[in-house]
Amino acid sequence: MSHERRLRFKTLVMVLLMVVCANLGDLMLKRGMLQIGAVQMTPAGIWLALLSTIHNATIWLGIFFLIGFTFCYMTAVSWADYSYVMPAGAFGYAVQTMLAVIILHEVVSARRWFGVVLIVVGVLLVGQTHPSTTTPKVASS
Amino acid sequence: MTRLILMLVFFICCSTGGEIAMTHGMKQVGEPESFRPRALLRFIGKAISCGWVWFALPLLAASFYSLLILLSWAPLSVVIPASAFNYVVGTFGAKYLLREQVSPKRWMGVIMVCIGVTLVLLT
Repeated sequence: MSHERRLRFKTLVMVLLMVVCANLGDLMLKRGMLQIGAVQMTPAGIWLALLSTIHNATIWLGIFFLIGFTFCYMTAVSWADYSYVMPAGAFGYAVQTMLAVIILHEVVSARRWFGVVLIVVGVLLVGQTHPSTTTPKVASS
Repeated sequence: MTRLILMLVFFICCSTGGEIAMTHGMKQVGEPESFRPRALLRFIGKAISCGWVWFALPLLAASFYSLLILLSWAPLSVVIPASAFNYVVGTFGAKYLLREQVSPKRWMGVIMVCIGVTLVLLT
């Protein structure tokens, strides 16, 4: 595989992992917070919510995925341009909308579909540019 | 109104500044030699010992909390376009601070993503 194709392939894999980890992380945090219930905005209520989150396995699973997202993001920008990785990561919003339609059978407005189309076309345009325009180095021991 | 604009500017500066500092740090760390566990551990070790990464983390934390404050002060119709505007400010930062070459095609893509994210999040 040529250097250019290898660079594109590994960047694509990292961006996809970023999107999957970010979406799963958000989903787990939301599910965990639903299990805990609405937080009372009093010192005792906030303290109770903090203890509940520490003892909630779903919240920890969400944190695990968000750490995975951060790791993938840091790895991707170690070789690819920030101006390439950042907009490509927005593809997650399009995935969220499609999942909402396919899995949750939500009705999505025309305005939101137009937004999804703009994101997909924008990401495709960015994806056609070279992933790295600076000279990254390889981490040595 | 002045308070809101100042907080918006603070949020955009922290968010973009944090991500640019993180990218600059990771460029200094360099990409992992391979994806084997030992090479990845060495990569994580180098990232943890990079000053720019530690400079980026409080900025990213500040951007997160300022976003929460903005959401409590202003309607989504104000906060979401402002946060989507980060894509444009970030691209300027990438061009002038990180010296990345941003072609017209990439600019066009970034602007479309910025408008698209605003439309998706506002509905």
